Amino acid sequence: MALSTPDSEPRLFSGTGAGVRLVVLVTVAIVLMVLDHRNQHLVQIRGLLGAALYPVQEAVDAPFGAVDWARDSLATRDTLVVENARMRAELLEQSGRLQRMAALEAENARMRALLESSADVGDDLLISEIVAVDMDRLRHRVVLNRGSANGAEAGQALIDARGVVGQVTRDRGTSAEALLITDPDNAVPVEIVRNGLRTIAVGTGDLERLSLPYMARNADVKAGDLLVSSGLGGKFPAGYPVATVIDVRGDSGEPFLSVSARPTAQLDRVREVLLVKPRAQPPEPPPAAPPADPPKAPVKPVVKPAAGAAPAPQGTPAPQAPSSPQALSAPQASPAPQAIPAPQATPEPPATPPTPSPTATGTAAESAPAAAPPAAPAAAPPTGDGAPAPEATPASPAPPPAPAGERSE
Amino acid sequence: MSRVRMSPLTLWLSLLGALVLAVVPLPEAAEGLRPPFVTMVVIYWTLFWPRLCGPLTAFIAGIALDILYGSLLGQHALALVVVSWLTLRFHLQIRNFPLWQITVAALLLMAFDAFLVFWADGIAGNPTGGFARWSQVAAGGVAWFPAMAFLDNLRLRAENRKKRFA
Repeated sequence: MALSTPDSEPRLFSGTGAGVRLVVLVTVAIVLMVLDHRNQHLVQIRGLLGAALYPVQEAVDAPFGAVDWARDSLATRDTLVVENARMRAELLEQSGRLQRMAALEAENARMRALLESSADVGDDLLISEIVAVDMDRLRHRVVLNRGSANGAEAGQALIDARGVVGQVTRDRGTSAEALLITDPDNAVPVEIVRNGLRTIAVGTGDLERLSLPYMARNADVKAGDLLVSSGLGGKFPAGYPVATVIDVRGDSGEPFLSVSARPTAQLDRVREVLLVKPRAQPPEPPPAAPPADPPKAPVKPVVKPAAGAAPAPQGTPAPQAPSSPQALSAPQASPAPQAIPAPQATPEPPATPPTPSPTATGTAAESAPAAAPPAAPAAAPPTGDGAPAPEATPASPAPPPAPAGERSE
Repeated sequence: MSRVRMSPLTLWLSLLGALVLAVVPLPEAAEGLRPPFVTMVVIYWTLFWPRLCGPLTAFIAGIALDILYGSLLGQHALALVVVSWLTLRFHLQIRNFPLWQITVAALLLMAFDAFLVFWADGIAGNPTGGFARWSQVAAGGVAWFPAMAFLDNLRLRAENRKKRFA
């Protein structure tokens, strides 16, 4: 039966001609791989193809969306009432907390003005849904149902109700790809809330675990410490919770502690996320800060170029994610996709890591890993008390080993 | 008779179905049991409709898979092209095998496909993963028989329809 079928005859040239086709196609594939890996030349093509294939992903997602819809529309009145009451209570509580926020923000801005550091501006949020499709098993990536058409941009950070989820890596028009913080290629600059010690949290490929590979042996870190994003590197906005330290081990003979942390966001369950869009310009920059800095450099040399050269305060990733789909290529091809890239890193020849930031005096002594090897710049700079802000640090030396988001793509 | 060309609709629809199955979310634990659907479909059609399905089709399917997976563009395409070419090269022999030998041949081809993808991952410096990659190949071996039965069904329908009108 099979042999009598019309299309089963071999092609005349299935022996030799096919070899030519093979060589051509294999060459094309290899060239594509090299281009994609090396230079990110294919961003546009990927965007187009991704947009073309998005219907497939939407089709896969549809049943899950239908389940959500059914749960919403078939819920009983009682359920809704209960849920409504709960949400009301939550809202009340949250707004109660927010009341003080305005005052605190203003106070913070004043303090920063006094310190001559740039202001921490607010962020705009955009709600997006994670499309329920599996991607590469070994990479922690997700597809979002918002793209540049809806205001999402590559480089934006993703958060859920509890913490940082990841960052947008590729924009595809009406959808986008994002990298979770647990992807092995992702690194989030973080600081320990308790003492302001800065380091980098690197994904492990395990949804429940991040590792902090650059903690010197005498670093002040212990289980239970909350890590928040430090805002260095400009990709992730400062101040969002990232993970909780769950385990600190120091094996003798190892130069660094091995520290693991558990992401605070529910990476495996989250469906709705917020895209954080830093405001491009500070709404009302604290009056003193920007103009004052260029001339005098008494306090923090490192911060000057950031505040002086570029208007963007570097709490915000503005320079990285300018806009528009083709801007996509910019951040990725840009010289420093490293953990501590862009704004403040580039203009300044790196201050040596151990330069104590002037604010850090006695208070930081215990948290200062005295001689941090060059590989641990983020752990090294002793920081002042609690929150002397990311800007204050000699953040410049981009740590060679740190893969910040999407290093090898 | 042999001049009659099959309409490629069946082929493309089944490939689309395979792409969908390749990205349907599975629980983490079951991920290692997901057969390489696209590879299986490409192998099947190269075996039985070699005029319609060959390296070029495999390339297109591979690029689509790369986009859906977010992997290096060309990675799966390369693997599928090579596998499809091998299948094409030996399709006359393989087709005449008894079923279990066809299954073994398909299993080998799928393993080779997985190896090529693994290799590309290694060269590009991506995480190469562990066991799941290979257990998926085994799952493909197990799923080959039902998949082949299903695709045979599709193919015979298409061919009969063609004959009736021809």
